[in-house]
Amino acid sequence: MIKINNLTKKFGKTVSLNGVSIEFNKNDAIALMGANGAGKTTLIRLILGYYHANSGSVSVNGMNPIKNRQKILQHVSFVPQLPPPIKLSLKELMDYVCSSSDIVRDDIFHYAKEMEFELHPNLNKSFFKLSGGMKQKMLIAISLAKKSDILIYDEPTANLDPKARDNFYRLLKTDEQDKLALFVTHRIEEVKEIVNREIYMDLGSIVSDKNV
Amino acid sequence: MKNLFLIAYLDLKESIRARWFLIYSFVFGGLIALFFIAGITESQVMGFSGLSRLLLMYIQVTIIILPIFILITTVRSISGDRDSHILEYMLSFPISLAEYYWGKMVGRFITVFLPVFLAMVIAIIYGSVMGVAIPWAIFFLYSGLLFALSMVFLGIAFFISSIVKSSEMALGISFFVWIFALAFIDIALISFMLQNRFNEELIIAVALINPMEIFRVAAISLFDPELTVMGPVAFYILDTISQPIFVLISIVYPIGLGTLFAYFGYKVFSKKDLV
Repeated sequence: MIKINNLTKKFGKTVSLNGVSIEFNKNDAIALMGANGAGKTTLIRLILGYYHANSGSVSVNGMNPIKNRQKILQHVSFVPQLPPPIKLSLKELMDYVCSSSDIVRDDIFHYAKEMEFELHPNLNKSFFKLSGGMKQKMLIAISLAKKSDILIYDEPTANLDPKARDNFYRLLKTDEQDKLALFVTHRIEEVKEIVNREIYMDLGSIVSDKNV
Repeated sequence: MKNLFLIAYLDLKESIRARWFLIYSFVFGGLIALFFIAGITESQVMGFSGLSRLLLMYIQVTIIILPIFILITTVRSISGDRDSHILEYMLSFPISLAEYYWGKMVGRFITVFLPVFLAMVIAIIYGSVMGVAIPWAIFFLYSGLLFALSMVFLGIAFFISSIVKSSEMALGISFFVWIFALAFIDIALISFMLQNRFNEELIIAVALINPMEIFRVAAISLFDPELTVMGPVAFYILDTISQPIFVLISIVYPIGLGTLFAYFGYKVFSKKDLV
């Protein structure tokens, strides 16, 4: 699904990714780990087509994420580490994601309910005024409702209480067949149950890649 | 196209809820109210009276505050979203960069132009209720000029927003652009003229490249078609082009310039790292 070949990304003189080559395949559930500045977020942003690589290539389902970003993003769900301070109301945010991604609105309600987040009473509230946990639950509900083949979660449970984490993992387990799930995390214990591959990065390189 | 209008609509709704929009609308609406309260319509200066006088005052104040308002409220549109990671999330959906960029631009244009335009409409309505003669020609000319001025500074703001990574830097640059167009360029050109370093026609042509300057002259030209208040400079302008053509250029040129800046902004936005 995702092929990365000799990928290098620099910011000025700082090398953030240094000749990384790796493949992520269908049914992989990967924990991507490493210290701060190891290059995890840069790698994800290159996969999502946000960054232009200095050298090397990224291919998602055989396509270049910059040239074919719309086609690729139809198959990708992404939840960032910190929910951004989007000023749209939840209803407007749903308008945006449903219109751009053909997400079924009822699916968002369904997954929000599964995450124990009451969406109806909060529909007209600004997203940024919700608590950290509620924001994260909303983004997770959207990501699951998108029914993508590729799921990318950057520290998805950082703002969640233990019960919400359990709900999240339960939903992922029931929904992860024939998909690629990539979890950026600092705590392997949290995702140990649901991953089958662990990748460690350091200083822009992959230092360990093992199936578990 | 569907997503472009959706983004424009959402940006419009988001802006209308923002505090800056309330202040922005209050400033321009308040200006008109203040002029009526101050009895500007009853005063007469240089032959201008009634609503013409009020609109002249309005346009003189607008030329100073509208560009800086547009710049500081718009320049963070893309760079602010980038800073706060909103862009990272919103662009993780399959929306084209063109739809996102131009949708934001359309939404923001409506937000900045509408209050300025509606303030004039309110003046016209109030004036007609008070039985004052309505200067329709001036109203339409000023609507066109305000449209053009909004467009050029919006285009510049989007260009700055695209090329600059942080919103603080974007604010700094926009303030410099404003003060440069408002005063610095004139001061520099006046000093060149006083020192006879360059040909006067060249200096006047350079001055008129400045969209704020062309707005200023066009605003005067409807009251004073011979541009007598401008002294000898009027000869250079009106000997080269007729007054109607000059008015047309003063509307078309800033719109074109703004579109060009916005286009270059889009090119930068789509070719550089997005976040």
